[in-house]
Amino acid sequence: MALNRDFIGRAFPPSEPYEVTRLKIREFADAIGDLNPIYRDPEAAKAAGHPDVIAPPTFPIVISISGASLTDPELGLNYAMVVHGEQRFEYRRPLHAGDLVTAESTIAGIRSIGRNERLDLQTVITTVDGEHVCTAHNVIIERGA
Amino acid sequence: MTATVKYDEVEVGQELPAKTYPVERIDLVKYAGASGDFNPIHWNEAFATSVGLPDVIAHGMFTMAQGGRFVTDWVGDPGAVLDYGVRFSSMVVVPNDGGTEIEISGVIEDKLDDNAVVVALTARSGGQKVLTRAKATVRLA
Repeated sequence: MALNRDFIGRAFPPSEPYEVTRLKIREFADAIGDLNPIYRDPEAAKAAGHPDVIAPPTFPIVISISGASLTDPELGLNYAMVVHGEQRFEYRRPLHAGDLVTAESTIAGIRSIGRNERLDLQTVITTVDGEHVCTAHNVIIERGA
Repeated sequence: MTATVKYDEVEVGQELPAKTYPVERIDLVKYAGASGDFNPIHWNEAFATSVGLPDVIAHGMFTMAQGGRFVTDWVGDPGAVLDYGVRFSSMVVVPNDGGTEIEISGVIEDKLDDNAVVVALTARSGGQKVLTRAKATVRLA
């Protein structure tokens, strides 16, 4: 189903502040099977020059997902037909335990590719003190029926 | 940041040895919980097939995470990653019995300023390239 082009350029309000915790980082690292001590052991992280355990490079997806409401019925996105098309992260620095961040998402584009619909979402992750940590670029594809 | 690989010791064209990462359904359930992405195509076979998929498929972000792990295991410090992007070119199909595998390899594609290098990744599963245009920029020692 064609997505509503009126949503192109739509900026969502900042998400509620998200607290990055040691426990959530460990859970995420466990889920991806990554035993790196810099995700688990504050001393190992400090030895590598970080203030606390840091998050894996793909962890910001957890936060960026919360930054956009793609469930608005007006958009017309059929979640069951959605697959992930592309993903990119530009990092200013790694996220670490203790960070309190918000995500601000913008729908950068919507277009048709054959029978599929492509939606480009950009999410800027910033600490509540205004430090830009990461920008995520997310392309989702709604498969045509 | 304390990458353990030295910039001066890396050459364009240098290959990073392939590694294989097994994937089973339980991994996708864990990933769903950890990431908050509970789309049933990643854990419910009946649902996945009802929407035209061959079987349960892995989260694209799970596959991307394995690529990230490949890079950070090589570079030493995950904090050395400056940029990481992929295109999901094919699905990682995860059957109930025995799961599947993702094989990842890499090559140094470019050397940039400030000790940064670009690692181009190849990821395959079930005979298909599952990531294309997969590149990580990392800062070496």
